Amino acid sequence: MGVRRLGLAALCSAALLAALPAWAQTAAPQPMVRNGMLTMQGGEAVYNNLCAACHMRDAKGAAGAGVYPALAGDRRLAAAAYPIRLVIHGQKGMPAFGSLLANDQIAAVVTYVRTHFANAYAAPVTAAEVQAMR
Amino acid sequence: MTGDAGAPSRRDLLSMIGVVAGSTAMYMAMYELGYAQATSFKGPAKLSTPPTGTSVLILGAGVAGMVAALEMRDAGYKVQVLEYQDRPGGRNWSLYGGDTFTELGGATQHVGFDPGLYLNPGPWRIPYHHQGILHYAQRTGVEMEPFVQTNFNAYVHSMTGYGGKPRRYREVQADYQGHVAELLGKCAQQGALDQKVSKEEREILLESLREWGALDKNYDYVKGMTSSNRRGFDLDPGGGLTGAPRPSEPDALGDVLSARLWTAMSQMSDHMHQSSIFQPKGGMGMIGKAMGRELGPLIRYNSKIIDIHQDDRGVTVTYVDTKTGGPPRTATAQWCVCTIPLPVLGQIPMTVGAPLKAAIDHMAYTPSLKVGLQFKRRFWEQDEQIYGGITYTDMPNVSIGYPNHGYFSKGKGVVLGAYVGTPECYTWAAKPPEERIKDALYWGSKIHPQYMSEYDCGVAVAWHRVPWVLGCKSQWTEASRAEHYDNLAAIDGRIVLAGEHVSYMAGWQEGSVTSATDAIKRLHQRVMSA
Repeated sequence: MGVRRLGLAALCSAALLAALPAWAQTAAPQPMVRNGMLTMQGGEAVYNNLCAACHMRDAKGAAGAGVYPALAGDRRLAAAAYPIRLVIHGQKGMPAFGSLLANDQIAAVVTYVRTHFANAYAAPVTAAEVQAMR
Repeated sequence: MTGDAGAPSRRDLLSMIGVVAGSTAMYMAMYELGYAQATSFKGPAKLSTPPTGTSVLILGAGVAGMVAALEMRDAGYKVQVLEYQDRPGGRNWSLYGGDTFTELGGATQHVGFDPGLYLNPGPWRIPYHHQGILHYAQRTGVEMEPFVQTNFNAYVHSMTGYGGKPRRYREVQADYQGHVAELLGKCAQQGALDQKVSKEEREILLESLREWGALDKNYDYVKGMTSSNRRGFDLDPGGGLTGAPRPSEPDALGDVLSARLWTAMSQMSDHMHQSSIFQPKGGMGMIGKAMGRELGPLIRYNSKIIDIHQDDRGVTVTYVDTKTGGPPRTATAQWCVCTIPLPVLGQIPMTVGAPLKAAIDHMAYTPSLKVGLQFKRRFWEQDEQIYGGITYTDMPNVSIGYPNHGYFSKGKGVVLGAYVGTPECYTWAAKPPEERIKDALYWGSKIHPQYMSEYDCGVAVAWHRVPWVLGCKSQWTEASRAEHYDNLAAIDGRIVLAGEHVSYMAGWQEGSVTSATDAIKRLHQRVMSA
């Protein structure tokens, strides 16, 4: 049975290659969570693949029956402790991400948001600061 | 301890379990001992007639809101329902060809499914013991058909196990059970269980293991007719000169274990997933539509609530019409049943006490995503003999659900191409809908290579992007229940909350029904004693 299966699989792959639409030939996606932790590193990657789900790529938030607040031009970001606490522990409709993200990922994404989207709070946040708020 | 020395009474046992393991364990134990019911639904609320002209305002026309509206209207209340959307049902929802869905962020999807085909972005199955939602489906004339939870010919798949190749559920299930039975049988034969079982019991155990694990006469799990009758044959039995069956070779225990597929294999044993399970003919959304029809003009659609105020005379709700605009309007009533999802409700100014406000505000909803994929033909049936049911995988799309209707149709078919409730869901939600569909196709094609040539169109719903709920469903922990649950359920002045979030069945429609039934009974008592 094993042999028969392999034969069939090989046939399918060959046919598949010829029939692949253009969109299917872009870079293969990867699992983004392993062992309960987000895999990607760096503030921009964490923002685009996690935070953007609600706050949107442009960080301008969105409004329906309820609102996702904009992070762009948000003066509450001046004190780093505020976003750090929110990311770790969540608040109201925002889930807690303290277990999905490691300290350095939280530090990176908070730094990224505080230095982008018309926010200019240059001092980088450190993993130690994040650890202190857990 | 009371009763005879040595043997504790059943009540002793229960209180002991309660003290040691908490109330959930006690409930489970009570259930085992036959004290508790499987569903708390004991029939509709059956309210007595309230004083003439008693009015109630119901916020939200989902399942909970419409259960409340139907029962209170029938009792004689003056009922008005305000609903944000332009349709009834809430998360009871199906997407059909011709529908459009605009998510937060502005992306609009035009659903291109063929007539009769659909995606249920929310609930998709109803266990037989969810007698509450089944009651309202029957009351409103919605027809049910079987939902296939377990299909032995669907796949279980691990990216690393079995060389990344999908296996039929029957193969893995038979091999897992067969090897475990053989191991246990060897232990029993070697006397390793003699402390636990008597000699007679050991013989019975061996007899049962042979049956349970499809073992041969020596209690071995081996290639042959017995094991192939479970896991399937290389060549199925047939008729005539070519009809001799060719048994299949079981996979080795090591391969079975390292594939780690037991989670996929145990879901059908959960009480919520045991047969029989049902789905409404034509899509889950049929129930919401039917209940909405029944309520007719009592529901005011396109009404976005911006303020909920109460005083000792009544409740005043301010809303704007999202279609016609204009200045805010108000609706008033003596009482209010509020079913608005908590992440939305927490943003609406509301005159309630601090305990209820804290209970509303503490809750974030879980992530969830569903992708519906329409294919040009039903290749899972035609090529792979999979008729309904679910394939489970450890890839990011988590599962593939095959349509449990329209079998053998020559036309197109819609597959649930991804159903993700893990944290990975946030990363799906962060992508535009067309990329979610692309990812679902990529992962699914590892199991069904036909995906690439047969794909026709799709739709992807990530619940954190759904404008009227901001997430999939409530999530309670033991700690949050202890702190907030009773406060969330308690009547606050003239307002009571209802919905799956005020239940012990988060995300299940039965939670909405039983929550609404309980809430309006208590509110009615308050009305009658006022």
